[in-house]
Amino acid sequence: MIGSFLRGLRRNQAMLLMVLPGAVWFLCFSYLPLVGTVAAFKQYRFSRRGFLYSLLHSQNVGWDNFKFLFSTDTAWIITRNTLLYNIAFIFLGLVCSVAMAILLSELTNKKMAKVYQTGMFLPYFLSWVIVGYFAFSFLSMDRGLLNHMLSAFGAKPLQWYSNPAYWPYILVFVYLWKSVGYSSVVYLASILGIDRSLYEAAMIDGASKWQQVRSITIPLLKPIVIIMTLLAVGKIFYADFGLFYEVPRDSGTLYSVTNVIDTYVYRGLKTTGEIGMSTAAGLYQSVVGFVLVMISNYVVRRIDKDSALF
Amino acid sequence: MSNVQRSGVKTRTRNFQQITAGWNVVINLIAGLFAFLCVFPFLFVAIISFTDEKTLATDGYRIIPAKWSLGAYRYVFQTGDMLLRSYGVTILVTVIGTIVSLVMISLYAYAISRRSFAYRRFFSLYAVFTMLFSGGMIPTYIVVTQLLHLKNSIWALILPLAMNAFYVMILRTFYQTSVPEAIIESGKIDGAGEFLIFLRLVLPLSLPGLATIGLFSTLGYWNDWFNALLYIDDPNKVPLQSMLMRIESSMQFIQQNSANSPISLAVLQSLPQDTARMAMVVLATVPIIFAYPFFQRYFVQGLTVGSVKE
Repeated sequence: MIGSFLRGLRRNQAMLLMVLPGAVWFLCFSYLPLVGTVAAFKQYRFSRRGFLYSLLHSQNVGWDNFKFLFSTDTAWIITRNTLLYNIAFIFLGLVCSVAMAILLSELTNKKMAKVYQTGMFLPYFLSWVIVGYFAFSFLSMDRGLLNHMLSAFGAKPLQWYSNPAYWPYILVFVYLWKSVGYSSVVYLASILGIDRSLYEAAMIDGASKWQQVRSITIPLLKPIVIIMTLLAVGKIFYADFGLFYEVPRDSGTLYSVTNVIDTYVYRGLKTTGEIGMSTAAGLYQSVVGFVLVMISNYVVRRIDKDSALF
Repeated sequence: MSNVQRSGVKTRTRNFQQITAGWNVVINLIAGLFAFLCVFPFLFVAIISFTDEKTLATDGYRIIPAKWSLGAYRYVFQTGDMLLRSYGVTILVTVIGTIVSLVMISLYAYAISRRSFAYRRFFSLYAVFTMLFSGGMIPTYIVVTQLLHLKNSIWALILPLAMNAFYVMILRTFYQTSVPEAIIESGKIDGAGEFLIFLRLVLPLSLPGLATIGLFSTLGYWNDWFNALLYIDDPNKVPLQSMLMRIESSMQFIQQNSANSPISLAVLQSLPQDTARMAMVVLATVPIIFAYPFFQRYFVQGLTVGSVKE
């Protein structure tokens, strides 16, 4: 038994050496943190004596961290924000980028299409810090371009960074601005991969452009749309930290509409110091996120086996 | 309809271009406008950085400022040791990080792509599971700081981003589809070891896949600020994006940490604060702006390869 196992190891020695660095990485950065989630059931204290010591010597509090978390409004707010924003992102992102991809594929002048595509792709390459600066140049209270334009029309300048009412729209807009170019490129690539003879046949049958789009392009895009949406739905419990932290400039008055699970966990670690409760929120996120990935993958498997993640 | 029939007689390429000239103009306008919208914020921030600081104080951010100035750039380069250091940190982290992650990812992906590797299913699952379930931010933070002791180490910027199960799966699929088994067999017959086969036969064939992963990882490192936010307090090890974040509300961080300018408060107030900040944003973004059009193709490739299953 042990002998055959050892022989197996020897025979696969080279391959095992190849996976070794990666396997150690996954152990350190993915599997050991799983052990760390027990901090959610403890009153965790950092100590100089290291990880194990802190973990073993923190007081056990059972489910108290979860009870506290869900007894406050915060748990509800961060869950609602995370879910609603992501649903808006998935839906609007899909509609806008598929529409943009179809438009780009129809352009007569392919050189111009390339130029537009390159321009739209730019935001994908920028960090949220940079995007935060961009947003500030428009939204700054006393210097921003938007307030300048408002006062040019005789309207009063608005306090963008302290009124929560604007932010759902701003965040959705900024998200679309950053991502539509990039995801439309993905859809464009698969539109260009569609067999041209299909369109030829449709044209001979007298189908209009719109009919062709509806009965050829969109149905053939369905597999990739399903995959992309599945990937997004699986991550629906995870928010883009940078968008919600950097773009509103961590403004406290906006927390009711900008606080998501990820920013809550971060603030628990760095500012409020509620390690136990934040870890509880993080674990809640991981568990629900895991269930969602499994369900969405199962559903897609039933519809179309080849599109499933695993 | 008449348009369809007319173009039907002409050349093949003309066949598929049946949108009317009017629609072509409309589509050009929509796509062009969106592309411009994607690029405009960068241009605007660049304009702000070339604006005279005093003009800025009275007029705010304008698309066409009343007075131009190079003051911000002069100032940034005079007290530039901080900027230079951050540039240095970012370049170092990006170069080392990309190499480390390419080595780890390509070896791991290659091993699990080989049918002769007895434990390939185990190690595939071992990687895929990390995409589905994670311990979350705080347990990871605890492991990195208390077990690996990476706080304020340059490795805290490199290692957390070094491995990525998603890239592993992309590259595994790439090996499986573009490296024929026969080539590996021929290497074996010639008596080459597994590592030699990988280096001499497989790597040259998989350069496009490696380039894609390498570019994704370069971009990831260049734009990373989150790990610096969590792990770096030492002002000498702050990467570019993170520095931009720290000067968001004031230039103090720069002035405190610059050896060249022991500045009194009075002088501090007369310095080009706002424009200098925007100048730094421009200087941090320019390398990306000039590089990405050349590498765009690989990013598109990566995005589409990811959706192709084995």
